[in-house]
Amino acid sequence: MTEPLLELQGLSKAFGAVKACDGVDLTLLPGEIHALIGPNGAGKSTLIAQVAGWLKPDAGAVHLLGEDVSHLSVAARANRGLGRSFQVSSLAGEFSALGNVLLALQGRDHGAFRFWSPLRKDTRLRAEAVAILERVGLAERATVQVSTLSHGERRLLEIALALALRPKVLLLDEPMAGLGPEGTRQLTEFLQPLKNEAAILLVEHDMDAVFALADRISVLVYGKVIASGPVEDIRRSAAVREAYLGDS
Amino acid sequence: MIERSRETLVNAVLAGLLLAAPLVATLLDEPFYVSLASRVAILALAGVGLNLALGYGGMVSFGHAAFFGLGGYVAGIAAFHAFEGSAFLSWPVTIGGSDQLLVVWLVAALVTALAALAIGAISLRTSGVYFIMITLAFAQMIYYLAISIPAYGGEDGLAIYLRNQLPLADSSDPLVFFFLCYGLLLLALFLSARIVAAPFGMALQCARMNEVRLATSGIAPYPIKLTAFVISAVITGIAGALFADLNGFVGPSMLSWHRSGEIMIFVILGGVGRLFGPLAGAALFILLESFIGGFTDRWQLLLGAVLLGVVLFARGGVMGLLAGRARHD
Ligand SMILES: Nc1ncnc2c1ncn2[C@@H]1O[C@H](COP(=O)(O)OP(=O)(O)OP(=O)(O)O)[C@@H](O)[C@H]1O
Ligand SMILES: [Mg+2]
Repeated sequence: MTEPLLELQGLSKAFGAVKACDGVDLTLLPGEIHALIGPNGAGKSTLIAQVAGWLKPDAGAVHLLGEDVSHLSVAARANRGLGRSFQVSSLAGEFSALGNVLLALQGRDHGAFRFWSPLRKDTRLRAEAVAILERVGLAERATVQVSTLSHGERRLLEIALALALRPKVLLLDEPMAGLGPEGTRQLTEFLQPLKNEAAILLVEHDMDAVFALADRISVLVYGKVIASGPVEDIRRSAAVREAYLGDS
Repeated sequence: MIERSRETLVNAVLAGLLLAAPLVATLLDEPFYVSLASRVAILALAGVGLNLALGYGGMVSFGHAAFFGLGGYVAGIAAFHAFEGSAFLSWPVTIGGSDQLLVVWLVAALVTALAALAIGAISLRTSGVYFIMITLAFAQMIYYLAISIPAYGGEDGLAIYLRNQLPLADSSDPLVFFFLCYGLLLLALFLSARIVAAPFGMALQCARMNEVRLATSGIAPYPIKLTAFVISAVITGIAGALFADLNGFVGPSMLSWHRSGEIMIFVILGGVGRLFGPLAGAALFILLESFIGGFTDRWQLLLGAVLLGVVLFARGGVMGLLAGRARHD
């Protein structure tokens, strides 16, 4: 059996009386897209935050590439190959797109304790940054200040920044949110082949995108995984329909 | 690009004016204005230090007087023991005083770095208004510590009878001392410019804009901010040492929260996060203080009005007015 790249064991987190995450076990295998779906407030973002290291779980462990990273910082996990995008874009707004990518590349390669040579003049990193922006179709907007980018462009930049880390595992929290049908279609096309570079844990409400992309689906309701399996099984599961997909 | 070169021009003019003022004053035999120019250079230097933390790193320290004053006390205490021929410490090792500026600066840098490491390590666990308050609290502690040590003058402070010296130049000459201050200011500006554009400075600015993004990029924000805080404090500490030597005096007022506020005013008045902002701010402040202050005690009222105008209408401060908006590409 192949080793999972990411493995969550009994992850639990409560906010007061709200159990946002309740004993979640979940694996992410090489080359797969594992979709995590569930109604609003089910605890999907809370789960992502614990995997990325922003939230300390009350119980349970996170294993990344076979290593227990439960006690590592966000930055340390990122450096081990964990990339992510946020449900609400989180960018350095006064920098350009290029500046954002350069910083991510610098963090990946050398860390930031370099005090002398200007980062923007690092031609090698610059070339790589431009290539990454080209990949997501933002090359023309490279030097525009991020705060003036459109919503869709910011979503793409988030993904570019995750890719800049050369991640082994990608956590994408509703990457399609607010993209519109055309944007969603394009991003779906973009993500499809990406799973061969990095296994993807995809949180998404757009079910067409989920069904098109996912190899496996887990359904989260009130912090618990109520169903997990191949796409077809989930599509057919009565419990899932009731809890999440509505009556259809 | 146009904006960038305009800012360069404004920077050069500011630096040129500050250099010209004491030269003209010397020609006119007006030594007071030479020392006024030294004052501007020193206070600008203190502001350059704070600008790194506040302007670029978004760390609103309301306690930089602690570092300014510590630098000052290093100069004062070193001179005091050198003058007396007594020892600062006689056990376990003997440490005497020194009247050498290079030694004073080195010690001032070490002392402020250590203080900033301790203060920053604790303060940076908080943010926002708590960070402002905790840095203020630390500075107040050092203020009261200085008052409570009678050996170094307590509330009365400590006079420096003979200005600390340099090996080759005569630091007691006002113009020579100005050149020292000016040279150190330019050096600090140059180093700031390098640091800000280097990966460290980019990370620092990212920490100001969005720490979440920085950590997600694999760079832990805390060590970056703490390091910047220490560098910032050292620059302000050296300025403090110069200030004590300029005035021939160091007292608790150098450590007071008024002083912290003043240094902050230089930065905000000049333009937060603009390289030459602190110079513009300190120059304007001193001009208001010494020229308007000469006519009326109410110059602070005018300062308040100017500050209000800057905060309400010209967020970029003087630099914003002269050189346009700051740009990152
Ligand atoms: N910091 C917090 N403090 C208190 N409660 C929180 C916090 N973060 C999340 N919650 C609660 O935990 C539950 C799960 O929230 P979470 O954001 O993880 O849901 P989600 O599945 O991502 O929802 P959505 O689809 O709307 O993004 C919700 O009831 C939410 O109100
Ligand atoms: Mg969510």
